[in-house]
Amino acid sequence: MLIARVVGELVATQKHASHEGRKILLVQPLNLDGSPRGVPLVALDAVDAGVGDRVLLTTEGYSAMTSVGRPNSPIDSAVIGFIDRIDLDPA
Amino acid sequence: MILGRVVGTVVATRKDPRLEGKKLLIIKPVTPDGEDESGYVVSVDTVSAGYRETVLLVAGSSARMAEGCKDTPVDSAIVGIVDTVRLDT
Amino acid sequence: MQLGRVIGRVWSTVKNSGLDGQRLLVVQPVTPELKPAGKLLICADCTGAGAGELIYWCRGRESSFPFLPVEVQTDATIVGIVDAVDYWPEP
Repeated sequence: MLIARVVGELVATQKHASHEGRKILLVQPLNLDGSPRGVPLVALDAVDAGVGDRVLLTTEGYSAMTSVGRPNSPIDSAVIGFIDRIDLDPA
Repeated sequence: MILGRVVGTVVATRKDPRLEGKKLLIIKPVTPDGEDESGYVVSVDTVSAGYRETVLLVAGSSARMAEGCKDTPVDSAIVGIVDTVRLDT
Repeated sequence: MQLGRVIGRVWSTVKNSGLDGQRLLVVQPVTPELKPAGKLLICADCTGAGAGELIYWCRGRESSFPFLPVEVQTDATIVGIVDAVDYWPEP
């Protein structure tokens, strides 16, 4: 799983049926210092997240598809939680 | 999937028994406009590809869906021989 | 999933039978600002996407699930055609 920030949303009329009824989020994975880690990804929303939220992102298929309740679907990443706080060992 | 070019073969006598009878080819990844990319991959051939042919490669657990590769320890498979690539300009 | 643009097509006659009838599209991954992001790849398609369209694609074994029960030998599939991107990059 990764730490990410929700940075947007997609509108897609024509899409796989398993993606109906879920928000399609743009998420920017983050490094531990909060800087961007790679390019923004597309993830389905399992927790009703919105732009600006810091979230927990899974990039593994089984976790993603089961978290949005769509097993055996073409889903490889999903937002599965909100991050309230991160504590890091300063050493 | 990515495209690649057949640049060699690998012979391995002692190997996982599930790989018995499988042809192993060395593939150089190429871009759709035909340029070589860095690196290489050893890939199981399921379409009888030949030397220098451009092929279609499937990677990861999807490679086990290639013909004859079910339940085998395969992470890269050749699943097609490419006839034409057309890029919109 | 990741954003991409359809920029071409691949034809193959000799192939695994699971790929029969599948359109194979050349996709350029892009950022939400529609700049190229990474190497070109070949995707199967379950949406009817066409040349030049902005799409999002799924990677990995999950990408073969739209075609079940047929086993389509793919590790990347276009799963949605993007109508609009709502992107709020971080300040």
